[in-house]
Amino acid sequence: MNLADWVVLLGTIVGIAAYGSWRTRQIKSLNTYLKGGQSIGWGTIGLSVMATQASAITFLSIPGQGFESGIGFVQNYFGLPLALIIVCAVFLPIYRRLGVYTAYEYLGRRFDDKTRLLCAGLFLLQRGLAAGVTIYAPAIILSTVLGWRLDLVIVGAGLLVIIYTVTGGSQAVSLTQRLQMAVIFGGMVTAAAVLMARLPDGLGITGTAHVAGALGKLHAVDVSLDPARRYTLWTGLLGGLFLSLSYFGTDQSQVQRYISGPSLRESRLGLVFNALLKIPMQFFILLLGAFLFVFYQFGHPPVFFNQSEWRRHAESDHGETFRAIEERYDAAVAASQAAIRDWVRAREADDAAAASGARAVMVEANRRAEAVRGEAKAALRAADPRAKTKDSDYVFITFILTELPHGAIGLLVAVMFAAALSSKAAELNALGTTTTIDLWRQLRPLAAADEARNVRVARWFTAFWGFVAIGFALFAGFAENLIEAINILGSIFYGVILGIFLVAFFFRRVGGSAVFVAAVAAQAIVIAMYLSLNLGYLWYNVIGCAICIAGSLSLQAVVGPRTPRPVGRAT
Amino acid sequence: MTRPPAPDPPAENEPPGIPGFRTWRGVYLFVLGWFVLVVALLAIFSGFFS
Repeated sequence: MNLADWVVLLGTIVGIAAYGSWRTRQIKSLNTYLKGGQSIGWGTIGLSVMATQASAITFLSIPGQGFESGIGFVQNYFGLPLALIIVCAVFLPIYRRLGVYTAYEYLGRRFDDKTRLLCAGLFLLQRGLAAGVTIYAPAIILSTVLGWRLDLVIVGAGLLVIIYTVTGGSQAVSLTQRLQMAVIFGGMVTAAAVLMARLPDGLGITGTAHVAGALGKLHAVDVSLDPARRYTLWTGLLGGLFLSLSYFGTDQSQVQRYISGPSLRESRLGLVFNALLKIPMQFFILLLGAFLFVFYQFGHPPVFFNQSEWRRHAESDHGETFRAIEERYDAAVAASQAAIRDWVRAREADDAAAASGARAVMVEANRRAEAVRGEAKAALRAADPRAKTKDSDYVFITFILTELPHGAIGLLVAVMFAAALSSKAAELNALGTTTTIDLWRQLRPLAAADEARNVRVARWFTAFWGFVAIGFALFAGFAENLIEAINILGSIFYGVILGIFLVAFFFRRVGGSAVFVAAVAAQAIVIAMYLSLNLGYLWYNVIGCAICIAGSLSLQAVVGPRTPRPVGRAT
Repeated sequence: MTRPPAPDPPAENEPPGIPGFRTWRGVYLFVLGWFVLVVALLAIFSGFFS
């Protein structure tokens, strides 16, 4: 990165944070601090919901997923539009009618305090851990490739987000997320334009898609019924529906974004915006990754994209083994390039027989090149069993740093930080709000009337969670595939939380004690299953939810039906 | 005697205010239709390029 990159990066990231802090510096009302004064329009709500979900991991890992495994990951989002329709029709009207600050407040009125505390506690545990990953994930990748100190990146980004989130609360989060999304869209379009311009002459977008498709990278819809497969149409529809319903309907970091609208209409339109755009957006990010795969078929890709890790071992006593692998990979890539060109020529000549033969040769040559990449990873593991052998998260950032012009590099690194800060800010805002409303105000009911004190406490708790996340990111190690780590963590907890909410909404005769016991049992069973079975993680959303609902109904049947209690509006 | 004003319609029933849509049910059906179209296009895309 040169001076131009630094100017773009710091000007964008610090500028947005400073603007958000300055615009919201005089907030004194709890409603404004926690719900943005309910004055935020649907466009900002829509961008804010999108920015909360799309962390830096989305823009680092997902192109890598497209590169490594193709675009099948898009199926993970198939349940999202259906879930958002349910949230618009069922969850949102209830939250707005009751005027709650948090989703868990509703559970306290519908069931009892222990169920509210259980759900708020599960949220704080799951989201508190995820907040550490949200900040660690981009920091480890950017510090590795840019040579920055990891601890400084974590602390610097963490402090920046703490400052504006603590200062302006929900309003600052929504305001900055709108600008950060503009930076993200601008950056991703720039990267896509550069990639298209750098594709080999004569190949074009359609030719690139044909090569990617022939090499198995464009298989978007898989109808397999194999439960061990992570991404299929069915896991996406069913598991994705439950994951999305739980995330958008019950996770405070999302609920807080859309209840901040001035009316039910604005909140609903913000969610509909996401229901329409999310799958196309994820498709284009994955497609970018698949096209990167083709781009590197015609260039000189490194055998292992985390070059820092590779060099660390290549320059050690094992250097000879690593250099031999590099030579074998260069030869395999050259053979693969020649085979691809032969296939493209045969296709252009409309020679079906030659194209069919050339395609088989191309697929085999590509398989050999990938096998050498597998050898490289095995060599890394042999040299150091703790070596990080997953390099797909480094593919897109490698492209950015080696292929983009200066200035654009700064913009794309700003994209990563903007995404990290936007999702992190929403998380801190939600964690601070839940701790204040569902824990502190429960323990100190008399303090609820003191508005200024409530805002002060909410600020302290927001800062507290910010420092917890920084500490967690500094001292914890994480799973290699970062986006999956977050999704797995979410799937373990989300199903049970969703089960509690669905019982609350649809089974009026079930009381607090039955749902509480069923939820604790369901959570224990899901954790035991995760530790002992090899099951696609999206299924845990369905299983946790089903066990919680079935257990609640069974227990309530045993103890006898309860009389439904009225659920009143907040005062 | 002045009659009290009629209560506001429940917020759930307020019109979406989007041209071409009179109810939220219509909006949800549009989202559902869009989703089916996107999945179908993705399936066609997969088939065409593989």
